[in-house]
Amino acid sequence: MEFQSISQLKLLLDDNKISVKEIAQTYIKKIKEKKDLNIFIYFNEDKIYDQVKLIEKISNDNSLKGIPIAVKDLFCTKNMPTTAGSKILENFNPTYESFVTQKLINQGSMFVGKTNLDEFAMGSATNTSYFGDTINPLSNEGSPLAPGGSSGGSAAAVAADLCLGATGTDTGGSIRQPASFCGVVGIKPTYGICSRWGIVAFASSLDQAGIFSKNVTDASILLKEMAGHDLRDSTSSNVKIPNFSENLNIDLKGKKIGIPKEYTIDGISDEINEVWEQAIKSLEQKGAIIEHISLPHTKYALPTYYIIAPAEASSNLARYDGVKYGHRAENAKSLDDMYELTRSEGFGKEVKRRILIGTYVLSAGYYDAYYLKAQKVRKLIADDFVKAFKECDLILTPTAPSAAFPLNEKQDDPIKMYLNDVFTVPASLAGIPGISIPYGKDKNGLPLGIQLLSKHFNEQEIFNAAFALEKDYE
Amino acid sequence: MKLNTNTINKIAKLARIRLSEKEADEFLKDINSILDWVEQLNEVNTDNVEPLTNISSSALTKRRDENQDINSSDEILQNSPDKLEGYFAVPKVVE
Repeated sequence: MEFQSISQLKLLLDDNKISVKEIAQTYIKKIKEKKDLNIFIYFNEDKIYDQVKLIEKISNDNSLKGIPIAVKDLFCTKNMPTTAGSKILENFNPTYESFVTQKLINQGSMFVGKTNLDEFAMGSATNTSYFGDTINPLSNEGSPLAPGGSSGGSAAAVAADLCLGATGTDTGGSIRQPASFCGVVGIKPTYGICSRWGIVAFASSLDQAGIFSKNVTDASILLKEMAGHDLRDSTSSNVKIPNFSENLNIDLKGKKIGIPKEYTIDGISDEINEVWEQAIKSLEQKGAIIEHISLPHTKYALPTYYIIAPAEASSNLARYDGVKYGHRAENAKSLDDMYELTRSEGFGKEVKRRILIGTYVLSAGYYDAYYLKAQKVRKLIADDFVKAFKECDLILTPTAPSAAFPLNEKQDDPIKMYLNDVFTVPASLAGIPGISIPYGKDKNGLPLGIQLLSKHFNEQEIFNAAFALEKDYE
Repeated sequence: MKLNTNTINKIAKLARIRLSEKEADEFLKDINSILDWVEQLNEVNTDNVEPLTNISSSALTKRRDENQDINSSDEILQNSPDKLEGYFAVPKVVE
């Protein structure tokens, strides 16, 4: 049994054609069948049936009643452990619920499990997790592909039909890139629209929760429920959240779409550029006006990001010291010894690398040259977008520089790996919203994504244009 | 080369991460190549540019600084690897 959308499943539930328990049984069966893909870090049938008992009692007016949702294992959940994909949090049981997951629970959604991710969301292939690699459900037998990352488990869960929505977080592309690799919809909304409270911190000035789904309408339904103001996150925005799905408007007449010349990059396959070209043509046919724009500081986005994100990470991850929670090394002779051994045993290679870089760029004598410089360039990158959105309503770009790559592809060059985020990082630095939707395929039949960006809090226009483009493949 | 073996070990000490000699060598190579790569930011003129520290487009909200009486010490200690009489326990610090 396969359900295509939230509204379809909700209607069946409202008409008593399916029960909450039957929904649970359906998805438990699917998840068990796809066990080999290693999508979930935590999956427990009993915990799902516990939720069924509670959900059965609530009113059908709850917009997400009985809707199966997978949760990236970076969101603290009170009834399920939370690992952040790290050994250092292997046995961590949060005593509180994150803001975003609480909002989803309040609307009656059913959490099917916690999904795999790159350790502390640091990676682009879901291959730095302590709990093993996740396999992209679109892989052919015997040649596993990466699902992208860091929210690869969540993207894969939607692609494999193990849920109707999955939470993700995006710091430099961790929702949009895996959405592109797995052929699903993924939105990173405006920085601040969802509270970060209860999300394991990576780089706080960039971290933003978002959602994966099978289609644009479902993403718009879920985002409305996840967003909202929260006093426990001082960067959380106090803005009115529109009813995105009710407002969906396919009419793009007169909308100005910016095509940034800096996103044509050497070494990117023709297929990526062809898909981009098709989407441009389609928007034009729908009445939109194409504007050729410039975002002159684009090429500096990645190096800026790889100073700021590790700097913030080195500070945020200082809390893992073996004292209050998480792994503690045995046989330490002194307190310092315990800190060093705990962190050495508990963190994986990519996390250590980023903590070391972050510590260096923040250290006395180097702060101005690296961290302060990067913050200034970040300002120029953000200003590029401010200027661009005076000329256009939306910006259209590819999402990722390639389709899903083989899981076992050698990843010994960190800079090469970082290039995965070349199209997604600029928007992260500017805090603006972005969506990736599947649009066309490469010669091997793998999905390619396109990205739509807009100014702060303009998710509605992003959904509208994505909704219109989605129709090209129905 | 930006870093040498001494500096990588000093940073590792600051970050409280113990590295084996082999790890130190590997990280030294990786981090130097990353630092060389970010050098390109020096091409950008940032004279008179304010550093961007908060990307949120709305002003940071304030809340009243009020005392809340929450007794959650059991919850807080629940995940501790070692505790003793309502406190976190660590290896002996004072002889």
